[in-house]
Amino acid sequence: MSKEPVAVVGIGQTRHVAARRDVSLAGLVREAARRALDDAELTWHAIDAVVIGKAPDFFEGVMMPELYLADALGAAGKPMLRVHTAGSVGGSTALVAADLVAARVHRTVLTLAFEKQSESNAMWGLSLPVPFQQPLLAGAGGFFAPHVRAYMRRTGAPATVGSLVAYKDRRNALKNPYAHLHEHDITLEKVQASPMLWDPVRYSETCPSSDGACAMVLTDRAGARRAPKPAAWMHGGAMRSEPTLFAGKDFVSPQAGKDCAAAVYRQAGITDPRREIDAVEMYVPFSWYEPMWLENLGFAAPGEGWKLTESGVTELDGDLPVNPSGGVLSANPIGASGMIRFAEAALQVRGQAGEHQVPGARRALGHAYGGGSQFFSMWLVGAEPPAT
Amino acid sequence: MSATPGPATERREVAVVAFAQSDHARDTAEVSEAELLLPVLQDALGQAGLRAGEIDFTCSGSSDYLAGRAFSFTMALDSVGAWPPIAESHVETDGAWALYEAWVKLLTGAAETALVYAYGKSSSGAVRDVLTRQLDPYYLAPLWPDSVSLAALQAQALIDAGDTDEAALAGIAARARTDAAENPHARHSGPVPPGDYVVRPLRTADCPPVTDGAAAVVLAAGDTARRLCDRPAWIRGMDHRIEAHALGVRDLTDSPSTRLAAERAGAFGQPVDTAELHAPFTAQEVVLRKALRLDDRVRINPSGGALAANPMMATGLIRIGEAAEAVRRGASRRALAHATSGPCLQQNLVAVLEGDPR
Repeated sequence: MSKEPVAVVGIGQTRHVAARRDVSLAGLVREAARRALDDAELTWHAIDAVVIGKAPDFFEGVMMPELYLADALGAAGKPMLRVHTAGSVGGSTALVAADLVAARVHRTVLTLAFEKQSESNAMWGLSLPVPFQQPLLAGAGGFFAPHVRAYMRRTGAPATVGSLVAYKDRRNALKNPYAHLHEHDITLEKVQASPMLWDPVRYSETCPSSDGACAMVLTDRAGARRAPKPAAWMHGGAMRSEPTLFAGKDFVSPQAGKDCAAAVYRQAGITDPRREIDAVEMYVPFSWYEPMWLENLGFAAPGEGWKLTESGVTELDGDLPVNPSGGVLSANPIGASGMIRFAEAALQVRGQAGEHQVPGARRALGHAYGGGSQFFSMWLVGAEPPAT
Repeated sequence: MSATPGPATERREVAVVAFAQSDHARDTAEVSEAELLLPVLQDALGQAGLRAGEIDFTCSGSSDYLAGRAFSFTMALDSVGAWPPIAESHVETDGAWALYEAWVKLLTGAAETALVYAYGKSSSGAVRDVLTRQLDPYYLAPLWPDSVSLAALQAQALIDAGDTDEAALAGIAARARTDAAENPHARHSGPVPPGDYVVRPLRTADCPPVTDGAAAVVLAAGDTARRLCDRPAWIRGMDHRIEAHALGVRDLTDSPSTRLAAERAGAFGQPVDTAELHAPFTAQEVVLRKALRLDDRVRINPSGGALAANPMMATGLIRIGEAAEAVRRGASRRALAHATSGPCLQQNLVAVLEGDPR
């Protein structure tokens, strides 16, 4: 049997900001969904099913909000599926939607992910007491900082690399109208002078807390033929998980991340990702994760990731641009962040990324991870349909 | 709405090859979710003769709000044995939808086998209060209307419409608990008195027992299913549909989403002989029977259903498991399984299962 090829024909995002006080949860998701439909020049009528994702329900204080959001997403009378795989959920949600098309269960699927962190308090949403487990380590930064230090010690990376990533991503965000942070006066010196939060992670090397949503319309070959704009074609997609805590876990380069990337490359026929992939939207909530994931995803040999970053290869005009959109460092509506990476990769190969377009991008990788480097989801999209 | 492409016969064959569930209890404070799950997962995998590492895809269903903490499902993964890394996903709802996601994964051809599991410990909190958080957060949830009160609205609407009466509801309750006597996993079994009113017109016996529990299913495709199991329960069709959230815009005496899901699952093509319905309240069985066109010849909930044990987030998956078991032991030729989510049957899933002809 053969799978139906999956095409991205519509993409919509909200402008990501600290607090969208002007819209409800329903208003927020509907805004992104409408923009995706408009991009595809489709009406609600064309949508066969809705697949929605977000990070923990405690972040907004609504249990299973997809039930209440069914009306806002035109889902009444349709199948609606809710995915939750921690921080990787935006990516996983898109992959579940893609499977519906690939399996020929549905022809055209709306997929959407969101977080409206201003409705509640994400820090408290994560800080519920759990017996017999270690308590939260002063937020996500507290959990990840020791692993960054392990990376620096293991590779000998100079202390300046993290600030280079933050400086790059925040400059890229200036070209992306949807990014939360638009720091017009950003300089490398300002990043390096920002307060130390969790050594070695500084304030300006940390993602913001955002409200926002991202939606995509996925469809089959026939749907792509009718689409008014170029489609992005899915060439590979995978999810992998490993436990958060266990003896022998490599927090610097988790096996699940390597396996997930390898599965995607195998499906897409990629043998040399560094040469064959034109743009990467990578989940980098703390700046040092760019060099770390460059190694984990096979773009650099172990210990060499920071050299790619330092040499400017990952700049918007470098030969492997990473996070042309400004990335998670510039907008982090948590549940949506993975889908934004997937959608931005698709925008690149559709040639629709506007000012942050990588010229001539033909193949792009979208990457997401969640939990304590526990869950990974990735897809590779191309400007051409897959060969099969 | 565009048509579902291709006739169902072109689809890959996928079957339930193993099913296991816990002995459901009022309170399992002495075990963690992972400890609750471990024996159930071992049982299901053992039936299929597989180890966790040999499964191509894993998907689970649960809810953080029942556990009372964020990311609660990540701890449950410890019971699966997630090393080396596995291909895994999770739905924040009943495990029936996790099974749906796994079924689609097998249909793509990307996996031959899938492990699906679900669990819920309703005892962790006051479940009637917790479920109010499912409602519209701006207008309805601040009023804290609880799940039993909403179900009572639905029951009263049915009585007012002449679709049932309190005596008929008591009959449903008695039948479910009597049938549950044959189910070693059930919480309530044997004849029970109707009890006092909880919220009129619903009495104690019309409501589901607060329950902790877990369940697991192994799915396999085509010849793999035949190899792993003497009599696979083939999933002939499966679909799910959602309705508007606000109770005021729905006719609570009907379930168009169930009817549509059943149509899309092919349930009406041939009669079924057995139906496992996820109806936590007696009156909801009345609604579902009508939507699914089930007459008196169909055996309804021989397991006792959700009235005998309601481990939330696993109850729907258990309906699919029980229907598959009926097919596998030859008690059913063609069985229907139904799962629900949300207040007053807002979201509904229907699966049709059959054995090979003998």
